Amino acid sequence: MSFDANPWTIAVIIGLTLVTVLTRSLFFISSKPWKLPLWAQRGLQYAPIAALAGVVVPEMVMTQGQLIHTLQDARLFAVLAGAGWFYWRKGAGQAVLGTIMVGMAVYLPLHLGLGW
Amino acid sequence: MDSLTVAPGIAAWGLMTGVAMMNSGMSTAEALLMGLIVFAGSSQLAAIPLLGAGAPMWVILATGFCVNLRFVVFSAHMRPYVMHLPLWQRLLTGYLTTDLSYVLFSNRFPHAGSDAEQLQAQQAYLAGNCGVAWVAWVGCSVIGVVLCNFIPAQWGLGFAGILALLGILCSLASSRLRRVSIGISGAVAVAAFALPFKLNILVAILVTVLICLMLENTVWFRQERA
Repeated sequence: MSFDANPWTIAVIIGLTLVTVLTRSLFFISSKPWKLPLWAQRGLQYAPIAALAGVVVPEMVMTQGQLIHTLQDARLFAVLAGAGWFYWRKGAGQAVLGTIMVGMAVYLPLHLGLGW
Repeated sequence: MDSLTVAPGIAAWGLMTGVAMMNSGMSTAEALLMGLIVFAGSSQLAAIPLLGAGAPMWVILATGFCVNLRFVVFSAHMRPYVMHLPLWQRLLTGYLTTDLSYVLFSNRFPHAGSDAEQLQAQQAYLAGNCGVAWVAWVGCSVIGVVLCNFIPAQWGLGFAGILALLGILCSLASSRLRRVSIGISGAVAVAAFALPFKLNILVAILVTVLICLMLENTVWFRQERA
């Protein structure tokens, strides 16, 4: 372990923190009364689900920028198991926690044991 | 506080980000600082190799900005919920609102409160979720930095983060149009994957919003509003 810190790296890290604040608050900054047009407000209700799907789907079916061409991929089975658990429990109680646990219980043996 | 149920996923992802920072050759102090304050997993993962390669600062910051562009869309959505707060609280709220907190919040409260009491209750829910996410993420990033020699990246523990998002995605898929939007967005994100700076996610969001706006008044979906 080394505890020395490079001033340039520190500056970059602080800059990245400011970027986090700026991007996440961009529309909060101006306090002028202003509203999104109605169609945009309606459209934004689809943004959360689209953002999630856009993040998650490539992580499930792509490797290094390519669609996977094999079924011997631990992720596919983990996703099936996790989603299967969710729907078996009908989303009740701690279904999301169950999705994580069941998915990892399928993922880790296949990934570490069989190298999928 | 719904984010308690996804906290293990956030934690595992934070852990692997901590390990990734150390494996890139950052010093312990630098990795700890980054894990403590940046609070944006995807932009950290994008910046780590650039830092290692000694890229110019503006390139790294511009990369972080582009990777974070989806949050700009979220902030447009969240604006009515926070404008009653003073500026510094709005900035703090934005800083702490990650993908998951935003998704959980906007799902729980489809409309901004109409009086001070409702707004305060919404804010309390958001703050609770953000607090849980912050503790899980930062705590496990630090653990990852400290234990990096014992946790090989090949284990793929970070996949727990994807499974957490999958669970939330399943809970959002409550109407036909919402399931269609998952299909559209997932397909666009895969098709546009070659775009730099993870802009495929932004493109997927924009395309999905536009298509859903067109679809929602058609015969198949008019019965249900998202």
